[in-house]
Parts: sequence; structure tokens; C-alpha cells
Amino acid sequence: MGEPRRDGARDRAPAGGRDAGLQPERTRLAWRRTTLACTVVILLAGRRLLAGGAAGPVRAGLAALLALVWVAFVALAHRRVRELAAARRTPLTPRIALSAAGCTVALAAFGVTIASTH
Amino acid sequence: MILSDGLRSIGAAVRLWLAPSRVREEGSTPDYRFSLANERTFLAWLRTGLALLAGGFAVDQFLPRLHPAVRLTGTLVLLVAGALCALRAVNHWVRCERAMRRGEDLPLSRFPSVLALGVGALAVVMAVLVVLGRIG
Repeated sequence: MGEPRRDGARDRAPAGGRDAGLQPERTRLAWRRTTLACTVVILLAGRRLLAGGAAGPVRAGLAALLALVWVAFVALAHRRVRELAAARRTPLTPRIALSAAGCTVALAAFGVTIASTH
Repeated sequence: MILSDGLRSIGAAVRLWLAPSRVREEGSTPDYRFSLANERTFLAWLRTGLALLAGGFAVDQFLPRLHPAVRLTGTLVLLVAGALCALRAVNHWVRCERAMRRGEDLPLSRFPSVLALGVGALAVVMAVLVVLGRIG
């Protein structure tokens, strides 16, 4: 990482438009990996839903919840990746961080619900 | 200790959610590379939480020979641990971001050790179950 620069050039893209550490690229890939992990969990949750355990309308509602969580997470990741691609590097906002964590908590709640009401 | 810590941090996180600009109000903006490193750490913790959720769903679906009560317990423990990991990820990210803005030391946390010990204990239990022929 090296020493922090205190020369006021904090928000400027380094000369050449890329920094040697490729930080934005690495962060973008981290979002991609996390989206993939989220997708795997949602597929497992969907499989559990198909295996039964919930009545028709409840099942439809839970399926809609899973779809909503997936769309929300992909949208969040996409938005953040677009921000990272911009010349001015904005740090992650608490709103996006909380939303992403909220998706995870929602999936946990889904799992608890469906496992408890077998 | 950990629980009160967690509750306080959830309160702080909710307050931050309602006023997301508050993190930016104090101190000075750190080098963006440090903010991005903090973000990647946050995402790594989120993936840890998601992995625990995947484990919970796997215990629920792929261990049919396990006693139902044991299976449900294992499922719930993993799912709750995953949710806690996600909440902790946000909390730790906020605290690190603040520390960097104020020029303070980064916050220390017991959470990784506790989680590691928990996962280790779970692995031992699973190994014993396999040896006893209860699963697999």
C-alpha cells in the first residue's frame, strides 16, 4: 500500500488515469465475487423452496422475495461498479453498505422461516 | 460484551442509515485507496456471511439422515451466524472509515477469533458425525 499521500491529490486519479495498485479494479472484482456468492445462496434457497414445505401462496411470496433480493443486490453492485469507474473515486456510502448487508440478513430470515416451518 | 457491542453498533448503523452523510462530516477524507481497501474488507466479510448462509441451507437440504432436531439446530446456528457476519461487516466498515477520517488507530475486534473458534468447533462436530456414520 505504501505511505498515505498528504499532498492533497487524494481524489484525483493518478497520472495516466490508473494507479499501480489497480484499486478500483480490485474493488470491482470484489463486488463481482460477492454478487456471485449471493447468487449461489439464492439458488440454494430457491431449491429449498421447490422441495416443498410451504403452501402455494406462501411459496409464491417467498419466491418473489428471493427474486427481489437478487435484483436488489445486482442493482447495488452495478451502481457501485459504475461509481468506481468514474474518474472521481467516491468512497462506499453507508446506504449501499447497509443495503447489501440487508440483502444477506433477508436471506437468513428466509432460511430461518422455511427451515422452521417444514 | 459482544452482544451489547453488537446492539450498540446496530443502533449506530441504523442512525447512519438515516443520516448517511454523517460519516463524511468528521475529519478529513482519507486517501481513496484506503477507503477502497476498507470496502473490499467489508465485501470479504459479507461473503463470509453468505458462505455461512450457504452452509445453513446445505445442512438443511443435504443431510436427510441427520436427526431432525440436530439438523434444524445446525441450520439455524449457521443462518444466524451469517446474518451476524453481515451486520458486523457494516459496523466494522463504518468504524474503520471513521477512524481513518479522524486519524485514529483502526478499531480492534474480537469477532474474527470468536467466529474462527465457532467454525472450528462446528468442523469438529461434523467430523465426529461422519466418523460415527450419522451423515454422509
